[in-house]
Amino acid sequence: MDKFTTITGVAAPLPMINVDTDMIIPKQFLKTIKRSGLGKNLFDEMRFDDQGNEIPDFVLNKPAYRKAKIIVSGDNFGCGSSREHAPWSLLDFGIRCVIAPSFADIFYNNCFKNGILPIRLPQEDVDKLMDDADRGENATLTIDLEKQEIHGPDGGCIKFDVEPFRKHCLLNGLDDIGLTLQKGDAINDFEAKRAASQPWLSL
Amino acid sequence: MGAPKTLFDKIWENHVVDTQDDGTCLIYIDRHLVHEVTSPQAFEGLRNTGRKVRHPELTLAVPDHNVPTTDRSQGIKEEDSRIQVETLDQNARDTGIHYFPMNDLRQGIVHIVGPEEGFTLPGVTMVCGDSHTSTHGAFGALAFGIGTSEVEHVLATQTLVQKPAKNMLVKVEGDLHPGVTAKDITLAIIGHIGTAGGTGYVIEYAGSAIRALSVEGRMTVCNMSIEAGARAGLIAPDEKTFEYIKGRPMAPKGAAYEQAVEYWKTLPSDKGAHYDKIIELDAADIIPQVTWGTSPEDVAPINGKVPAPSDAKDPGKQKAIARSLEYMGLTAGTNIEDIKIDRVFIGSCTNGRIEDLRAAAVVAKGRKVSDHVSAMVVPGSGLVKEQAEAEGLHEIFLEAGFEWREPGCSMCLAMNPDRLEPGERCASTSNRNFEGRQGRGGRTHLLSPAMAVAAAVTGHLTDVRKLG
Repeated sequence: MDKFTTITGVAAPLPMINVDTDMIIPKQFLKTIKRSGLGKNLFDEMRFDDQGNEIPDFVLNKPAYRKAKIIVSGDNFGCGSSREHAPWSLLDFGIRCVIAPSFADIFYNNCFKNGILPIRLPQEDVDKLMDDADRGENATLTIDLEKQEIHGPDGGCIKFDVEPFRKHCLLNGLDDIGLTLQKGDAINDFEAKRAASQPWLSL
Repeated sequence: MGAPKTLFDKIWENHVVDTQDDGTCLIYIDRHLVHEVTSPQAFEGLRNTGRKVRHPELTLAVPDHNVPTTDRSQGIKEEDSRIQVETLDQNARDTGIHYFPMNDLRQGIVHIVGPEEGFTLPGVTMVCGDSHTSTHGAFGALAFGIGTSEVEHVLATQTLVQKPAKNMLVKVEGDLHPGVTAKDITLAIIGHIGTAGGTGYVIEYAGSAIRALSVEGRMTVCNMSIEAGARAGLIAPDEKTFEYIKGRPMAPKGAAYEQAVEYWKTLPSDKGAHYDKIIELDAADIIPQVTWGTSPEDVAPINGKVPAPSDAKDPGKQKAIARSLEYMGLTAGTNIEDIKIDRVFIGSCTNGRIEDLRAAAVVAKGRKVSDHVSAMVVPGSGLVKEQAEAEGLHEIFLEAGFEWREPGCSMCLAMNPDRLEPGERCASTSNRNFEGRQGRGGRTHLLSPAMAVAAAVTGHLTDVRKLG
């Protein structure tokens, strides 16, 4: 996983509530056995028409947002299916940060496993950043994870919360599995106790 | 004796392996379900790092999303779907996990197969790379969907890194009206609390209307917890649960079963246990429900009308309603019952069990699918199909003009050839009405199996209670 320290980039405004993972990456693109290459199908049915032509009005098709690194959106972003293809497609497109008033739990979790930072902010802060995002290339944002700050184009600064452990893993690009395997003794002890107290669970 | 605990608290505390200073826990996972769509990258990750599956016997895999529901003797035609299923075949062989391949009688939708085999048990932690894992909460199992990175983590370590959820209690008291089902309860709840209402919570369903449901009805309710934003739903296990599990192939037997039941009886929430949020619904207020929009919270009673953007206070919601109406091709103020449909889909992990098919068959018997409607029934598993055929349900459906298919996820998400054409409108017993969910441009109305049959025979959304 790539480390996430500081990023600076254009933020794409997606002013909708309930952006679901079927929108982010429709099911026909889940038939892959790889993690890579999904960026070209990010938001496919909103981005392309039936013939595969770009829909010019969609934000990521506009010249100013083709290299966006950040998305600013509405409540309950990432709801629906657990598909990790959603963060994979965002990452492959180049998105490293999503800012919204709230996120669905599974998507939120999946982001951290892939070096994407989801930031929850009060609606009024999101509204402010949405205005900045509307200004396209003239209004890049800088996200500083270490300081937990978002710096806007006009010198403004918004603080955000992130759980310390998740922050630590993102900053250092740490692999969860490696960390857990260091707790092998605790897992062994747990399994021994479980086998004694709930023997019916063994198969 | 300590403070009173909820069902969730008890299961959680019983599975904590390790707790970090910031409250992040490592929890043990007792049961792991796997399907072909969200697992290939996890197995690849293990191979790339030289890691092994820690407990192959605790993982059960089955292909369900990509499988054809028509004749399977020639295998899967679409290359990408075939490769995904073959990859699961190979990964299962290589790692020794339990596996029901496509042509096994026990193949079916992963959330129908788990309970059917007795793999799902009360008090366990259970995960799957699939958001509808919440289904298994009907047994009093803490069951939730995870991403593929977490699938890999569970395969390698049999644990997950998690923080405890908050507790929400949804109480439904009273008796349901005839013709009102578990699906109507769950749609009513989602309509009430919204698709983000359960975010950060585990929802425990309780009250006399929930207790009165069969185990399969409870699965329908827990299944759609995720549509209310909650990763997991829970219902306290009781005699019905124990009876349902008894004798199933992977369930404990004999003395082990008796010992397990004694433990399972300790699981229900203690009197006075704390919930962070409590919602109460009166069963008598619930009539058959359908969705009109593109979010599962866009719910209306069958005697209702399509809303207008101005019916919402929040500007975000107003925009969402306007977008939904445009996508769905509906005009505000239209009677729900006047909405004409083209297709009917009966099946999915929400409503593809034997009791769902029985309820559908009761309405279909002696009636005909409307001329302009194409309708299909897709059993949730090979065993459900076998049971339905033993009861002659397939003949009722075929006689009425429904197609009778092979088991799988099918048109719930249209990863196989079963899908809507642009603009087609479908009455569907599945769980999501998102834009494009059942096929690009397709329009989905979610409802119960009995209501789906009512729509099939009249050709428009219909209150099944009027058919008599």
